[in-house]
Amino acid sequence: MSERLTVSESSELAFERGVRLHFDETRSAWTLMAPEKVVVLDEIAHEVVSESLAGGVSVAQAIDALAQKFQAPRDEISGDVIEMLQGFADKRLVRAR
Amino acid sequence: MSELSAPFAILAELTHRCPLRCVYCSNPLELVRRSNELDTGTWRRVLDEAAELGILQVHFSGGEPTVRKDLEELVAHATGRGLYTNLITSGILSDGEQLIRLADAGLAHVQISIQDSDDETGDWIAGYAGAQQKKRDLAVTVADANLALTINAVMHRHNIDRIESVIDMALEMGAQRVEIANVQYYGWGIPNRPNLMPTLDQLESMNAIVLRRQEELKGVLVIDYVVPDYYARRPKACMNGWARRFLNITPSGYVLPCHAAETIPDLVFDNVRDKGLADIWANSTALNRFRGTDWMPEPCSSCEYRERDWGGCRCQALALTGSAENTDPVCELSPFHDQVRALAESESQTREVALTYRSFSKTPETT
Repeated sequence: MSERLTVSESSELAFERGVRLHFDETRSAWTLMAPEKVVVLDEIAHEVVSESLAGGVSVAQAIDALAQKFQAPRDEISGDVIEMLQGFADKRLVRAR
Repeated sequence: MSELSAPFAILAELTHRCPLRCVYCSNPLELVRRSNELDTGTWRRVLDEAAELGILQVHFSGGEPTVRKDLEELVAHATGRGLYTNLITSGILSDGEQLIRLADAGLAHVQISIQDSDDETGDWIAGYAGAQQKKRDLAVTVADANLALTINAVMHRHNIDRIESVIDMALEMGAQRVEIANVQYYGWGIPNRPNLMPTLDQLESMNAIVLRRQEELKGVLVIDYVVPDYYARRPKACMNGWARRFLNITPSGYVLPCHAAETIPDLVFDNVRDKGLADIWANSTALNRFRGTDWMPEPCSSCEYRERDWGGCRCQALALTGSAENTDPVCELSPFHDQVRALAESESQTREVALTYRSFSKTPETT
């Protein structure tokens, strides 16, 4: 039995089996397609997912990239990013790489 | 009525053939025979039309969808059109090699049903000796194929006290997710209802265990829980509203809002052999019959919950009150509510009666 993943800055994440990032043309929205679930991503969530799950990066590196992209203070966004990713982990949408 | 939006998912019932004979099967009592199943070309066209209509997910189901020789072709075709594909299977006929071929075709997710954590009772409910072991064997191959795994466990009076070990079994089988669904009384579930209905005490014990384990297993196993509504005070939002988010296509091509809708006698369903899916979605008289809120009688039409529960379930209203147009009698505002509660309590105390197994023959088999 696996254990709950606790997301931190040092985590390296990947999509869980069966989870795919998909652009829904009909509704013009980015989504996570998952078992019996469609998670509609708003613009921020899409950026967080894109940076954090790009492959080969840690959550810390993703936060760096997001801080730069949005010209936001790093320590103001890091908690929100980790909280969002923890929510995805708890729904088994992402896993440790 | 608000503007019609696109559906999100279709249940593609490729066949009604199945090696199992589960006594609560949601398929209709009159099953579609192989000779009347849609052919590969028609399904390919339907999948094209589904993608164009804005559908995102396709659930290949049945019956047992792996009896279709064209399953891999259909999965590949759907994936090629950007659809997310899910296989809902008994797990009896497949092996790891087939799962790898399906994964290569683009399959994302597999759902394997289990009937119990106790193999003997599980096989009895499924009417198939050795079924449970085959399911366990298949589950261990799902991760190798890099597919997501959900275990579907259907609960009733004979297995409800084992809910804890059913959840453990899903964990042992390597699932990321388990659906704990109390039997929904449609199809073959109706004749077997007196044998399956749990007692209120059993339900309350299960509810407590499921809530505790949802918390304990957070981040480990997603537990989706479908409550048994005969004992409820509010109806379920059946299908999130009639023909609002979801379509069901039967093996012979009829387009339904849910798998049980053919029980409603005066509805005329359109068929994908005759019309395009977008046309059917917008114009089918059956799909428009209970869409939205305009059809609602009181107490639904003025109810603050009308766009949350959508009046509950039409098929259940028919089965329990004699009219599909009534408020779902599970709702405490329905004049039939007390009768339904009394029926559940009475049937939960029924002594053992013969099970009616799912079957193609006109005269159902019993034990």
